[in-house]
Amino acid sequence: MASIATLDRATRVRIAVVAALLAVLVFVLPPLLSLYWIDVFTASAIYAVVALGLNLLMGRVGLVSLGQIAILALGAWVAARLYAGTSIPFPIVLLIAGLITTALGTIVGLPALRVSGLYLALITLMLAGAITVVLTATNFPNGGHGFLGHTESATGSTAIRRPALAESDPGYFRYTVVVAALMFLLALWHIRSKPGRAWAAIRQSEPAALAAGVNITLYKLWALALASFMTGVAGGLLGPSVGKLYTFQFPTRDSIILLAVVLMGGIYSLWGALVAGAFMKLLPAILDSLNLPADLLTILFGVGVLQVLLTAPAGLAAQLPKDLARLWGALTRAGRRAPAEERAH
Amino acid sequence: MGRADAGGPPRAGRGAGALIEIEDLTVRFGGVTPLDGMTVRFESGTCGLIGPNGAGKTTFFNVLSGFVAPAAGRVIAFGDDLLAMAHFRRARWGLRRTFQTEQAIEELSVAANVALAHEHSRQGSRASRREDVLGALEFVGLGDVDPDVKVGTLGARERRLVEVARAVVGKPRLVLLDEPAAGLPDEETDHLGRVIRRIPEHMGAIVILVDHDMSLVSACCEVTAVLDFGKLIAAGPTGDVLRDEQVVRAYLGTEEVEEAA
Repeated sequence: MASIATLDRATRVRIAVVAALLAVLVFVLPPLLSLYWIDVFTASAIYAVVALGLNLLMGRVGLVSLGQIAILALGAWVAARLYAGTSIPFPIVLLIAGLITTALGTIVGLPALRVSGLYLALITLMLAGAITVVLTATNFPNGGHGFLGHTESATGSTAIRRPALAESDPGYFRYTVVVAALMFLLALWHIRSKPGRAWAAIRQSEPAALAAGVNITLYKLWALALASFMTGVAGGLLGPSVGKLYTFQFPTRDSIILLAVVLMGGIYSLWGALVAGAFMKLLPAILDSLNLPADLLTILFGVGVLQVLLTAPAGLAAQLPKDLARLWGALTRAGRRAPAEERAH
Repeated sequence: MGRADAGGPPRAGRGAGALIEIEDLTVRFGGVTPLDGMTVRFESGTCGLIGPNGAGKTTFFNVLSGFVAPAAGRVIAFGDDLLAMAHFRRARWGLRRTFQTEQAIEELSVAANVALAHEHSRQGSRASRREDVLGALEFVGLGDVDPDVKVGTLGARERRLVEVARAVVGKPRLVLLDEPAAGLPDEETDHLGRVIRRIPEHMGAIVILVDHDMSLVSACCEVTAVLDFGKLIAAGPTGDVLRDEQVVRAYLGTEEVEEAA
């Protein structure tokens, strides 16, 4: 690992930008926002982690999964059960939720890796449907008795607990941002090391990867396991943020919307996952606050995906800096021309 | 035909101990037989493997790499049964290859491309990796290219050389080069030829070179084997093989080839 002093300029700038962004999110933003918007930002951060999992699968390895929201629901279920039924510390619950979804992702991945592309997408979509059916039957734990921990009575149910140091909404937002940042670091660490090099080779050419000695099955499974882990942790964050979980919060179609926003955000950069998280949760809230119908989103996302596929395959994360640079260039040119025109008149 | 003389399998090499023994290798795709009872030995140095398009050269490489399962036959390399190994394990054993269409990984840096083979085929310790990678880049003549630049930004010549560096990093034992000079101008082919010639002595590996550029093959290979329609039609010192009547006919496509078709 290179020390800070030996890093090139671009890397140092990137580290500074990330540090500044984290500082703004953790210290500047919470006092400025109402509780409603803090909750929206918390949800965006959680879904950015979910998007990160799919971003890695698609952008790094070339695997398409349409089951991510179901894995999120499973993680949320496991965590909710543990929060309600045990006094296991909060971070350990997140870890357990992540490990259980990892196991599920790997078990599904084993047979699913024999197929790829559209077929893998279909298998994961079927899994998502199956998990939704099971969740509809069992409901989410809400402080009831027994293994399922669900009670129908409104008086018997309790809200899902939060960590002691993050009881308030701003506190929980900060907690979520820190966990999300750790997940992004985990992803970055993978990309920069042995698995990342294996994934890059697999995505471009499986024969070339094999010829270099890459165990393709192992590294594909590893990617599925990692994405499932992150999504499970995100699920563990979700319950405490909203207090109560319901099956309707995890519709199967959300997995398809997730695919759309991840594509729009950009799958070849981790920033794309942040953009995707904002698309998923921040944008609907903004539309809502402007009194625009939520159905507008479906149209926007449709147009957005089309635009990405046709003109900007690297997504907004790559397109935005380019567009901003172009806009800046146009503005400075216009700025130079305007005084010249004044003189001409 | 030239294969399976009374005195044992044709030898594409000199010296006593045969290092790579191919025995009766046969591949069938439905009704097509791209490799038909190929029997040959590659003993040392750089060995050429030539033949017209569709003769089975790449199929042979694909069998060695594990991408294609043969219908029959054995491959014994340095005493090990190569075909019994899982394909990704063959890289750990020391098998490397390049591809007809160059396969340097665009998204990775030059150094990461070579490091990929070094770490996944377990060619050395993590501590020696950077040194080994830079050594391999130097060896193929990319010493003056920034190792941290992405391969996607390089030209065709440099990408080819990155792929060759990936094939020689660490301790390769058998290096398969599939038309490495395809699409390169003459002076760059000359450089590539010098690199290929140095692989056996520097790395101690056997190189099998497939190419249509006969000047490259004669410059690099002491011995050459010739495939035509999946059958070995000649093997021996390169100069003799290239003058062999049967080989000339196979390349020029006169009666006998048309009959076989």
